[in-house]
Amino acid sequence: MLFALLRSQTKSFLKDLGELSILVGEAAHSLRYRPPSWRDFIAQLHFVGVKSQSVVITTGAATGMVLCAQTYFQFHKVKMDTATGAVVSVGMSSELGPVLACLMLTARVGAAMAAELGTMKVTEQIDALRTLATHPVDYLVVPRLLACTVAAPLLTAESILVGIFASYIVGVYLLGIEGAYYVANVNRYTGPEDVFTGLAKATVFGGVIAMVSCYKGLNCPQGAEGVGRATTEAVVAASITILVSNFFMTLFLSSIFRG
Amino acid sequence: MIEVRLLHKQLGNQKVLRGASLLIETGEAVVIIGRSGGGKSVLLKHLIGLMSPDSGQVLVDGRDLACLDERSLLQVRRKFGMLFQTAALFDSLTVFENVSFVLRRERKHTGAEVRRLVAEALDMVELPGIEDKMPAELSGGMRKRVGLARAIVYRPEILLYDEPTTGLDPMAGARIDHLIRRVWEQLKVTSIAVTHDMKSAQTISNRILMLHEGTIYQSGPTSEILGSKDPLIHNFVNGIVDFRTPLPA
Repeated sequence: MLFALLRSQTKSFLKDLGELSILVGEAAHSLRYRPPSWRDFIAQLHFVGVKSQSVVITTGAATGMVLCAQTYFQFHKVKMDTATGAVVSVGMSSELGPVLACLMLTARVGAAMAAELGTMKVTEQIDALRTLATHPVDYLVVPRLLACTVAAPLLTAESILVGIFASYIVGVYLLGIEGAYYVANVNRYTGPEDVFTGLAKATVFGGVIAMVSCYKGLNCPQGAEGVGRATTEAVVAASITILVSNFFMTLFLSSIFRG
Repeated sequence: MIEVRLLHKQLGNQKVLRGASLLIETGEAVVIIGRSGGGKSVLLKHLIGLMSPDSGQVLVDGRDLACLDERSLLQVRRKFGMLFQTAALFDSLTVFENVSFVLRRERKHTGAEVRRLVAEALDMVELPGIEDKMPAELSGGMRKRVGLARAIVYRPEILLYDEPTTGLDPMAGARIDHLIRRVWEQLKVTSIAVTHDMKSAQTISNRILMLHEGTIYQSGPTSEILGSKDPLIHNFVNGIVDFRTPLPA
């Protein structure tokens, strides 16, 4: 019984992985030979980037503030209050900024993409696209993929900046850390490699959000329940992929920058 | 010309098509009739490559669709226009954007030409001046007519209709039938519809194919099929039910 369940889950996972790889290949082919119109790209960029501002800013600010407070409480015991800024800055730039911003993007953008494409599938709009001599990957997937890979690093940069600024406010005005030392330590310990690491991760995570969500939407089962299931699966699968790939990207990028 | 040879298709555990074969000449107006769930829509989707057969061939002007990948199929599909049962309008686009979809993507026409062609197509389906409306603002009959305008605006050679009158009141259904007939006569297209509406079949076809148990049971001129003495066809056409016979699974 358990073995059969395990076998069916593994088979389903491998099938999804194979089909997702084919979709990625199709998207790469489409990007090269049939780039999307500016109009479609801008529309998606507006949806992914502009409309995610409030979510990303709130996430960055909340993370920076909490991280600052917790770090300060521990460092204060060993009289290292002014190092708080460095921990927050490096942590936000290379780990928490990209991961949390992109998890929030998954919830807002990934869910919407999977639901939209899933609804198009069950109402035969995807079939209609194909009868109009249009490949669904060209028209639906590629503009979303481009928009996510462009918007995710920009939103992450914004989230990091807001987080560091919020931590400065909390650290200096609420917890009483000396402002000049706070800024000096942020500058001293945060290198370009930390920022690059965060933005590189965000670019990959943006691609993951778009591809996983589009895949789930395009393969949505029939009916309203199917759309709901596809949406849930898209958010769960993209979130897990982000968390797992973050670990490996951390190891990989660290080996490049830190030897 | 469209030729189907020994088409087999299984969906889940159900064998929907069991060796269906047919030949449709250029310029014909054909209706495929048969029981609900009997595989008519599945057969129609095979003709345009939206589904691929388990075995058998679908030849469009001599090209076997089963041998083509999705991108090559797009070129073949350029010959087709299709009206879906639910119209399948893109609900995030206006009527103008829906109808002009192919024209705008092909980028062969100027903006003024696109507007003129869209206006002509909407005139043909008797819905002038609704370019700025969203699909959600339209009735079921209007949505189907916009779907028809979207299918004819780029002048395809073959038009497919999946249950064109299903879900419409008799007046709206008659209007759609009239439009389908008019499009066939004016644009000289090959017209293929699936329906179980006999009144509709009588109006829009000059030949009827009856699909039964996954194969083409009978084919002939519309008047001949509608007047057939064959018990199976006669009972289907006239809605005569033998209540001692159990319903098919």
